[in-house]
Amino acid sequence: MSNAAISVKGLKKSFKDKEVLKGVDFEVQRGEIYALLGSNGAGKTTIVNILSTLMKPDGGEVRICGFDAQRQPEHVRQSISLTGQFAAIDGMLTGRENLMMIAKLRGVSNPAQVADNLLAKFSLTDAANRRTDQYSGGMKRRIDIAMSLIGTPAVIFLDEPTTGLDPEARIEVWDTVKELAGGGTTILLTTQYLEEAEQLADRIAILHGGKIITTGTLTELKEMFPPTKVEYIEKQPTLEEIFLAIIGKKEEM
Amino acid sequence: MKSKTGVLLGRLMRNIMRSPDTIITVAITPIMMMLLFVYVFGGAIETGTDNYVNYLLPGILLMAIASGVAYTSLRLFTDVKSGLMARFITMPIKRSSVLWAHVLTSLVSNALTVVVVILVALLMGFRSSADILDWLVVAGILGMFTLALTWLAVIPGLTASSMEGATAYSYPLVFLPFISSAFVPTETMPKIVRAFAENQPVTSIVNAIRALLYEGSVGNDIWIALAWCVGIMVIAYFFASKAFKRQLG
Repeated sequence: MSNAAISVKGLKKSFKDKEVLKGVDFEVQRGEIYALLGSNGAGKTTIVNILSTLMKPDGGEVRICGFDAQRQPEHVRQSISLTGQFAAIDGMLTGRENLMMIAKLRGVSNPAQVADNLLAKFSLTDAANRRTDQYSGGMKRRIDIAMSLIGTPAVIFLDEPTTGLDPEARIEVWDTVKELAGGGTTILLTTQYLEEAEQLADRIAILHGGKIITTGTLTELKEMFPPTKVEYIEKQPTLEEIFLAIIGKKEEM
Repeated sequence: MKSKTGVLLGRLMRNIMRSPDTIITVAITPIMMMLLFVYVFGGAIETGTDNYVNYLLPGILLMAIASGVAYTSLRLFTDVKSGLMARFITMPIKRSSVLWAHVLTSLVSNALTVVVVILVALLMGFRSSADILDWLVVAGILGMFTLALTWLAVIPGLTASSMEGATAYSYPLVFLPFISSAFVPTETMPKIVRAFAENQPVTSIVNAIRALLYEGSVGNDIWIALAWCVGIMVIAYFFASKAFKRQLG
């Protein structure tokens, strides 16, 4: 057995007549951040749903930490955590209560301690006792990701973690994900933003037309495709750069 | 695994306690009905009893439960749409405990509503000769009725595509007591209506509860009442489980 945290071979899935996945293959190594890049409707969420045991594939094989997703779904669920497209939090509960709930469901010892540590780590201590439906978009996403870390799962799925967030919140989430990377957790990230894949991923796979059409590190992808050109152009700041500079949250690239 | 269901039950109960409008809507509507029927229509309705609150209460309780279970659909629908359902069922916990937490929440919250409605009825002059055993049987019937309707409510909760769709099914359930022996004796109804009224679940359940509360006997209707509850429950459970499995892919 390989050292792969995620191994996907020949994955197929159709919805009614529409063939969404036409034989997807990829492997993610332990501790790696792997980005699935694709446009809307490319099948990114379908892959995440199959890998997280929410959906059954029509064909192919999925192994998570060596466990077969179809035959050993309980073992797979021990190893994973899903952060879906929308912040899956209970808006009526406070941030701390949301964390405590997941900690109790995961059966970790000392749920209160776990919750407090995560609140501190995600800079949410001040908002800990406020109901999460009053949180900003970025805070909701952060508590959502924090909930996914409880019980230290080996593999975390982040399905479009910054879709619908403003630029400031997006950087908050990026910082969070970068921090996770250091901890040895394997992360499968889906995104439709090139910049996000560039910022976060160790390796990038491009999903198009139901297949992975290319995989590699950013450097490899750059070498493979359009040759480097030297051009002299005046660099105008983008509106996003202006916005971030004004609000003083400009991140160093 | 029981403790996990407990955690999820605690979460849902906390949700209910924090949205007082849920509690108020569920308890207020049947109480208003009771006030309306006792103090506005009651004087003109001939039921053959001198205590119309007594006559009315069993039907009002069923009405309260029928409108209460609509919130189970709503809560399930919200969980599915928010992604919380996906989060829970990809965690290493028994998947059925996610569903059972909703069902138990419905039992607990409806029991609270029933108690509130009974307390108001007491203020309005409701009196019963029932002993503790009779009350336990009444609680059992109401519990069965709640369970049956709750499993029915699970189906639209899991499959509906809109919030309105998730709760719309409860309207006919809330109105079922009107075409039954809940408010007036069935004898005065036209033939066809009467046939329907006498052969639908509410009439037998209402009659069984009346027998227990005021005659100190289980009456003849209790077995029909129980058959209805069990029948609805089994069929609804079957389709609810199917809907849940489909939810899981």
